[in-house]
Amino acid sequence: MTNLLAARWLFGMSLAFHIVFAAIGVAMPLLMVLAELRWRRTGEQAALELSRRWAKGVAVLFAVGAVSGTVISFELGLLWPRFMAFAGPIIGMPFSLEGFAFFAEAIFLGIFLYGRDRVSPRLHLASGVLVAVAGAASAFFVTLANAWMNHPAGFQLLAGKALEIDPVAAMFPPGWGEQVLHVLISSYAATAFAVAGIHAFYLRRTPGDPFHRTALATVLPVAMAAALLQPISGDLSARRIAVTQPVKLAALEGHFKTQRRAPLRLGGFPDVDTGTTPGAIEIPAGLSLLAFHDLDAEVRGLEDFPRERWPDPLKVHLAFEVMVALGSALAALSLTTAVLWWRRRSLPEHPALLSALTWAAPAGFLALEAGWLVTEWGRQPFTVWGVLRTADAVTPVGGLEIPLVTFAVLYVFLALVTAAVLRRMIRQTSPAGRSASEATP
Amino acid sequence: MNLQLAVGATALLALVAYALFGGADLGGGIWDLFASGPRRREQRALVEEAIGPIWEANHVWLILVVTVLFTGFPAAFAAISTTLFLPLTVLLVGVVLRGAAFTFRAYDEGGDAAERRWGLIFSMSSVLAPLMLGAIVGALSSGRLRLGPAGEPLAGPMAWLSGFSVATGLLATALFAFLAAVYLTVEASGALQEDFRRRAIAAGAVTFIAAAGAAALSWHESPLVFEGLTGRAWSLPLHFATGAAATGAFWALITRRFTLARPLAAAQVTLIVLGWGASQYPYLLVPDVTLASAAAPPRTLVLLLTALGTGALTLIPSLWLLFRVFKRRIR
Repeated sequence: MTNLLAARWLFGMSLAFHIVFAAIGVAMPLLMVLAELRWRRTGEQAALELSRRWAKGVAVLFAVGAVSGTVISFELGLLWPRFMAFAGPIIGMPFSLEGFAFFAEAIFLGIFLYGRDRVSPRLHLASGVLVAVAGAASAFFVTLANAWMNHPAGFQLLAGKALEIDPVAAMFPPGWGEQVLHVLISSYAATAFAVAGIHAFYLRRTPGDPFHRTALATVLPVAMAAALLQPISGDLSARRIAVTQPVKLAALEGHFKTQRRAPLRLGGFPDVDTGTTPGAIEIPAGLSLLAFHDLDAEVRGLEDFPRERWPDPLKVHLAFEVMVALGSALAALSLTTAVLWWRRRSLPEHPALLSALTWAAPAGFLALEAGWLVTEWGRQPFTVWGVLRTADAVTPVGGLEIPLVTFAVLYVFLALVTAAVLRRMIRQTSPAGRSASEATP
Repeated sequence: MNLQLAVGATALLALVAYALFGGADLGGGIWDLFASGPRRREQRALVEEAIGPIWEANHVWLILVVTVLFTGFPAAFAAISTTLFLPLTVLLVGVVLRGAAFTFRAYDEGGDAAERRWGLIFSMSSVLAPLMLGAIVGALSSGRLRLGPAGEPLAGPMAWLSGFSVATGLLATALFAFLAAVYLTVEASGALQEDFRRRAIAAGAVTFIAAAGAAALSWHESPLVFEGLTGRAWSLPLHFATGAAATGAFWALITRRFTLARPLAAAQVTLIVLGWGASQYPYLLVPDVTLASAAAPPRTLVLLLTALGTGALTLIPSLWLLFRVFKRRIR
């Protein structure tokens, strides 16, 4: 294994792990606050219980997110010192601001989790709201840094050195809005569907259970709204990429030949040797329509770009297809749920729907991971698009296989333990696990 | 130059804050490991209660130090990450295990055996992390971590390890344990308070020995720090102030003036970190990287200072609230 590959594996693994907890850290506080609000509004015992249970889950997940995020901040230097030496003065700002958002998150989460009996109800609720806002703010700042890597701005390049650095222009590179929106919505969709899936599973086993009904009634609107908004945000992102990163668009669509009326390819396996994508279902002019909202628009294919600037279209296309397929499935499921809810005028509890929700539990996170792979693989071979190659950013320190194996073991261990701890927590919320005093009379 | 100094001083202040808050949390973990006697269980419970609501916020100081370093002094961040790869990685493993195990212990409903297992991981990693942190800080001034023209480390992966870095590792560990024990005397009462009083005095004594050892070793292994500790105009007043704070903290512990011991111990820790920073000036990594050689362009530094100032406006009242809620004496 080359040092570069080991570094990419280690960093990729660290991010793939952290991103799950980061997304939960953005969305779960919102759910926690919604449950709390519901309890204050209706006085339902189940809603209070829900707020407490979700808060406990947040405590564990936030801690794992905090420590895995610390790993990332150090690994930026440990694995990519040349990237940080170059990019630090340009995009360090959003990271520092994210530090303050993270401070606010940690402080008010402490107050929300441990302070229920120590502070006034109003301050308690306000703390929860602040955690949710700060969580979204951290995601905002971190995504700005990634948007800059996709579309570097705010400096002049002279002989490999960045001059005329303008950190404010760098913070808001073209496309930042689309990317931030897409990331935020994905966090809410992924987390809300995962939570909905768990409660749907238990509600199917114990029909009518007030705790799980309340949970679903609280989380489903968030899940549905996010899943229905995400295709719109995806469309905005794709149209932006068509302009700012045409080679990425070509790779993620498996599109080799520059043409007008470019077809949209569903599935298929891009083959760089033949310059085709066999196995794809082609929708005539579909890509031109989606990328430019114009059937006759010309879409540049990979052939338009020098080969050494291509990302691997096979990986990027497959990851993209997985993201779009899962996202579409969640949107369809949301629409179905919305229709059933509207017709019934109350929470739909049809066993088939609960079953579908249960199966959909991991879909949002899989889509989120796939989407993250699209943006990262799609930017290769660059770390900073068009400016700094990943191969030139890597550390000169050798023997990265050792930390790679160490952290792989550590993450597997943490993932298993987190799953086990949450499982025990969730089991306690099932009717059999709840004490008699908490049951409705 | 003033701008670079201002950002450097901010990073140093963030490090002081990490020592005062995050360091005390690590120290709490150390007392979990060394819990003993008939009130073993109560000691551990007090540590858990004391750090539970605040450790995550306290931990963010470390991340702030890192982000200020890579924004303000990117070349230093790259150089430090490269030459100290191994101890930084071990520190990270310690940080991850400490936080995760603490939370799992608090929330895992898997019974006593699970709790003991997590407790052991939590407390062991609470010793590992400050050892590494202290050793890293010591190694920065050793002059042994040289870089080649392409930023490649010239010395081997173990070049950071020396008598001096071992001494600073032990010093940081003892200091954090001392600080935690002093803080805990304020939060405990009765026999438990006496337990932590004795621990604070013992840790204070170990701190003194480790500090003397580090100072002696610095003469040979880290001449720059030695010179800073002895030869500069501010050396003597600084030592005097540090010594006065330390003596004051001891006196307050012995005479059971715990609420007075707390600020004195905090002052002692602050002065030690500031003293290290001042004696290292103007180097970030001795001898190749200085504040001036590693600094980002002035525009970035101005914006960074603005961001830090604005951030502090939200941070300080929030932290004040957090500590008021959880650290006001209720009993």
